[in-house]
Amino acid sequence: MTALLDVAGLCRRFTVGQPGPIERLRGKRPGVLHAVDAVDLRIGEGEVLGLVGESGCGKSTLARVVARLIDPSEGSIRFAGEDIGQIAARRFARHPLRRSIQMVFQDPTESLNPRWTAFDCIADPIRRMDPGAAAKVADRVHELAALVSLPETLLQRFPHQLSGGQKARVGIARAVALRPRLLVLDEPTSALDVSVQVVVLKLLDELKRRLGMSYLFVTHDLEVVRLICDRVAVMYLGRMAEVGTVGQIFERPSHPYTRALLSAVPSGVPGRTPQRIQLSGDPRSPIDPDPRICRFLGRCPNGTERCGTEMPQLRPMGEGHVAACHLADAA
Amino acid sequence: MAAVQAYARHLRHVVTENPVTGAAFALFLLLVLTAILGPALVPFDPLQSDASRTLHPPSARHWFGTDQLGRDVFSRVVVATRLDMTIAFASVLLVFVTGTLTGVAAGHFGGWVDRLTGRIADTIMAFPLFVLAMGIVAALGNSIGNIVLATAVVNFPLYVRVARAEANVRRDAGFVEAARVSGNSEARVVLFHILPNTLPIMMVQVSLTLGYAILNAAGLSFIGLGVRPPTPEWGIMVADGANYIQSGEWWVALFPGLALMLAVFCFNLLGDGLRDLIDPRRRT
Repeated sequence: MTALLDVAGLCRRFTVGQPGPIERLRGKRPGVLHAVDAVDLRIGEGEVLGLVGESGCGKSTLARVVARLIDPSEGSIRFAGEDIGQIAARRFARHPLRRSIQMVFQDPTESLNPRWTAFDCIADPIRRMDPGAAAKVADRVHELAALVSLPETLLQRFPHQLSGGQKARVGIARAVALRPRLLVLDEPTSALDVSVQVVVLKLLDELKRRLGMSYLFVTHDLEVVRLICDRVAVMYLGRMAEVGTVGQIFERPSHPYTRALLSAVPSGVPGRTPQRIQLSGDPRSPIDPDPRICRFLGRCPNGTERCGTEMPQLRPMGEGHVAACHLADAA
Repeated sequence: MAAVQAYARHLRHVVTENPVTGAAFALFLLLVLTAILGPALVPFDPLQSDASRTLHPPSARHWFGTDQLGRDVFSRVVVATRLDMTIAFASVLLVFVTGTLTGVAAGHFGGWVDRLTGRIADTIMAFPLFVLAMGIVAALGNSIGNIVLATAVVNFPLYVRVARAEANVRRDAGFVEAARVSGNSEARVVLFHILPNTLPIMMVQVSLTLGYAILNAAGLSFIGLGVRPPTPEWGIMVADGANYIQSGEWWVALFPGLALMLAVFCFNLLGDGLRDLIDPRRRT
C-alpha cells in the first residue's frame, strides 16, 4: 500500500490567555496550547484510518490541519507526493489539490448554508472547482443525489426543510462531488440519531468502495471504528498514544489509555458489565506542557518514576503497530 | 419560473400571516403610489398662492385647508411625499450598502479593518446625531444630496455594528468552513455565504432607519437646513404651521405632521415583514 497522505512531525499550537499591558510589564507571557504535538500519520490509498480520543485531545484540530482549513505550526503534510503543509490555508482554497481533499463536517445542520437549497449546496464545489462542468451541473447534482440516496424532490428544499439524515446526505454528496482521493470525516454521525447513524455509516462504507477514496475518520465511538476502519490511531492530549490495525488495537492494546478506552465500550448485553478500568485524576493541561513528562502521567494506572522524567516515544509493538509507553511490551 | 411562483406564494404568506404586516405593506404601497402618481393627481398646484384664500379651515374644496399664502395643504402634503421618500430611500440605500459591506468585512477579517471601522463608528456615535447631521449640511451646503449624505453618515454606526456582529458569529461556522473546502476564495465566502445570512437582520435595521431618515430630513428642514421653501416638504410645512397653532389654525401643521407620523409608523411596522420576506427559513 502506497501512502496517499504522509504527515510527519505535525504540530499545531494556539496562543491562549494574551496578557494585558500591565501583566506584560510584569513579565507574563501568553500560554501556548499544544493542540497537536509532533504527530506522524500515514494513510494508504483506499485505506480508512480511524482517529479516536476523548474530547479536547486535538483530533478535530488534526483533521482540520489535514483538510487544510488551518495551517500547521510545524511539520509536513505530504499528499500524493506533494508537500501541501507549506501552502497557506487561505491560498489552498484555489489550489488544484483542493478538490482531492474534501471534508464532511460534524453537524450537518450547521455545515449547510441556511439560505441555499440542497441543490446549490451540492453544486457549489462543482461550480467552483470544475469549470468544464458548467453546462452539466444539474446532471451531476442529480447523479450525486442518487449516489447518496437523496430523493430528487428534496433538492429544491432549504436545509431547515430537511431531516438530520437528509442533511447528512447533502453534506456527503457535496464532499464527494468531485471524487476526492481523501475524505476527512469529523465525527460525521455524532449529531445523528442512532438509527440514522447506521444508515449513514453503511452509505459511507459503500461510497468508499465505489469511489475508491481514503478516509480519515475522526470519532469517539469505538464501535464505529470496528465497523468501518482498517487502522486506528489513538490520540491523547495532542500526541499519538497508539497506532495499529483494528485487530491489533482491539485484541492487543498496548497503551494503558487504549485499554481504558476499550474497557469503556458498553457490552450491549444487559447484566453483563465488562471489567472497567477506572481512570482517576485529571488530565494534564495542554497549555505549556512539560516536554519531558508523559502526557498520560497522573491518570495512568501504572505510571512509574521514569514516566515523569522522559517522554515516551512511539515504539514498535508488532508489524505496523506502535505505542508510546515505556511499560508496553512488544507482542 | 417555478422560483418566481414560490416567491410569490411566500410573499402572500408573509403578508396574510400577520394582519399588522399586511396593513404595513398596504400603507407602504399607498405611500409609494402617492409618491409616484401624487403630483399628477392633486387638485391644486402646490406652489400656487392665493391671497384671497389664506388660512381657510378644511372644507370640501380644500380638504386639509389652506396655509398662510393660500396654498392648498392637501396638494402640498401629497406632492411632498415624493421628495421625503426619495431622501429617505436614497440615504438608507447608501448607508445600507456601505455600512453592511464595511461591517461584514470588519466582522469577518477582524484585525486592523475591524479596529479602524470600529473607531470611525465610535467617533460618529460620540456626537449627538442630529447635531452632527446639522453640522454636515451646514458645512457642505444646503442641498438634497447633502441631506442624503448627512442622514447616511449618522446611521452608519448602526449598520456597521449590527453587520459586524452578524458576520463575526459566522466567520468559522460549519457552512463557512464547508465553503472554503468547496474551493470558495475568501472574497466569495464573504459575499456569497456570510453576507446573505446577515440580510434578514439588516432588513429590520433598514425599516427602522427609514423612519429615522424621514424624521431626520424633516427635522433638518424644520430648523431651516436642507430643503428650502417654497418646495413642499413635510418638515418645512410643520415649521410653517407651528406659527399658527396658537392662533387656532391647527390644520397647517397637523396634516403634514400626520403624514410624517404615518410614514414613520409604516416603516417601523414593515421591519418584521421585510425580514420574513428575505429569510428562506420562514418558508413553509
